[in-house]
Amino acid sequence: MPSQSMAELRRRYLRHDKKFPHVWCPGCGNGIVLGALLRGIDRLALNKDDIVLVSGIGCSGRMPTYTDFNTLHTTHGRALAFATGVKLARPELHVLVVMGDGDATAIGGNHFIHAARRNLDLTAIIINNQIYGMTGGQTSPTTPYGSNATTAPLGHIEHAFSIAELAVTAGASFVARGTVYHATMLDRLISRAIGHVGFSVVEVMSNCHVQFGRRNGLGNAVQMLQWFKEHAIPLQPHDAKGTAEGAARMETALPPDSLDDRFTIGVLAERDKPNYIKEYDKIRHKADDKRPADAQDDRS
Amino acid sequence: MASPDQPRLLMQGNEAVVAGAIAAGCRFFAGYPITPASEIAELMATRLPAHGGTFIQMEDEIASIAAAIGASLAGSKAMTATSGPGFSLMQENLGFACIAEAPLVVVNVMRGGPSTGLPTSPAQGDIMQARWGTHGDHPIIVLATSSVADCFTLTVQAFNFAEKYRVPVVLLSDEVVAHTREAVRLPASDQVEVVDRVRPSVPPEWYIPYEDNSRGVPAMAAFGDGYRHHVTGLVHDQRGFPTQRPEEIDAFLRRLFRKITNGFYEIHMLRAFMMEDAEIGIIACGSVARSARRAVVMARQQGIAAGLVQLITLFPFPRQPLVAACSDCRAVLVPEMNMGQLSREVRRVLPDAIAIHKHNRIDGQLITPDELVKKLISI
Repeated sequence: MPSQSMAELRRRYLRHDKKFPHVWCPGCGNGIVLGALLRGIDRLALNKDDIVLVSGIGCSGRMPTYTDFNTLHTTHGRALAFATGVKLARPELHVLVVMGDGDATAIGGNHFIHAARRNLDLTAIIINNQIYGMTGGQTSPTTPYGSNATTAPLGHIEHAFSIAELAVTAGASFVARGTVYHATMLDRLISRAIGHVGFSVVEVMSNCHVQFGRRNGLGNAVQMLQWFKEHAIPLQPHDAKGTAEGAARMETALPPDSLDDRFTIGVLAERDKPNYIKEYDKIRHKADDKRPADAQDDRS
Repeated sequence: MASPDQPRLLMQGNEAVVAGAIAAGCRFFAGYPITPASEIAELMATRLPAHGGTFIQMEDEIASIAAAIGASLAGSKAMTATSGPGFSLMQENLGFACIAEAPLVVVNVMRGGPSTGLPTSPAQGDIMQARWGTHGDHPIIVLATSSVADCFTLTVQAFNFAEKYRVPVVLLSDEVVAHTREAVRLPASDQVEVVDRVRPSVPPEWYIPYEDNSRGVPAMAAFGDGYRHHVTGLVHDQRGFPTQRPEEIDAFLRRLFRKITNGFYEIHMLRAFMMEDAEIGIIACGSVARSARRAVVMARQQGIAAGLVQLITLFPFPRQPLVAACSDCRAVLVPEMNMGQLSREVRRVLPDAIAIHKHNRIDGQLITPDELVKKLISI
């Protein structure tokens, strides 16, 4: 049964034989995302043996190490591709993938859009702190135009894209955006994403006050959380109507000035779409019908 | 694997790879189209579903090998297949399979390179890439196939090595072997020796995922079997967690080498043909070994005491058996469809007393028996 005390969640879901402390800086948003993930999982009362937590490289990549699931820390950008193999080999497992913005949408961008298109039943949690944190504050695909970064010391001249909107366009059947300020909303978004059958994405706006905030006058961790509070526009369920079209209308209905550096949070898309596992089962049945001899003869 | 009772089938090398993989228990394939390897993916797409397996076409070769490793970690026997450009893209995750000790078979149907190179003519330019392509120091098993029958047998063998030693195994084919059609009698499925990875026999709370043992190959749990553990591309301790402690790093990396060294006498495979009294030994692999075998017969008819050592295992390089096979030769000839990747290894291991002659062809054409006979006459 769900247990809500954080101490109990830590006892139940963190690895106690792992050498702590973790690698994250004090005030890092990753801890809030991890907390929300554990609450989201606990809410669904899933068996730990049935959960595979996969990550790529970067600060977010270390998250699985700390959790008492089946955990897989892969190469940079490739987490979704590894997760695809895990899920296809063991469809009954809940395969969750945690990535950063650079991990998921720069080096891993191709895997991300194709995972969304394919609609395999994976849950991608993308922690968007708008910077490469672990490597020292270089620009990522979500670093805002005009920001300062170690590889843009005179100001960033490229344009950011929206991870959640990219996911919607690429065909993900569940897309949500949250922030580390809206922590309790986040664990509900994550449990809905895990419960969704098909490819689900939760983009989490998070703070890297060390590598991003500090260079851009955004203050400390608390001040950055305050910024998320002031700039997030919660979508009401009736705004989005649970469809991508509804979400798109919501975004476009806002006057451009009002959106500026503001962003919507909530469920941006939720749609029924045939998912890969079920479709592949049909393929297997067709293959059985068509080639009965083949199934019995290993050599055929 | 002689199979006189089985029907004779006409098939191409790529088809035999698929048949071998399925016979070996492969139930997962992820790939990306590339000539001359695409038939492997196409046939896997057709056949795996009927065997309860899964085929997926991924968005690129990086994703293909990643998905195959993921499936392997979840308990499936997994494979991917590609050619030069795709093999280059797979190198990073090939290293992941090494460090995570994920059983995996990667088929590289070689074509001319570098880059897009020669689509689609045969070559043997990827021998050293198969050995050293991924970054960092690591052991690897590389096998080379030369016939349709070999494609079946060596694919089974590749899976067996992968499972037994928990390593990625690279099977090198080439355009000629892949597309040549030959009549073969494949063994019945119950006649194929299949090795499966050792799974943990202890209860989950006692399981130490990367615990050393006499073989140097830890028991491997699959995700979802109740043995919750951590898999990472970072150098890790016996529990699988990242470590920076020199003694743990050293013990881990040396074990990766030791498990292959321990298995050396099982892993190395070569075929000696008319070497008993040979004065000149040809050392070759892949489709070149076919021409070399013919050249040996033709040279013998002209009174030249030639022989052939066909290397099946390229890495770990079969030093001792090769030296033993060539010990009475005054010279060896190393023909290859590159500028001298195999000959460099041969030079490294043979005694100085044996003269080493190279014969290299890089024009996308097969080395013919005739040109080898001419070369033998000149030696």
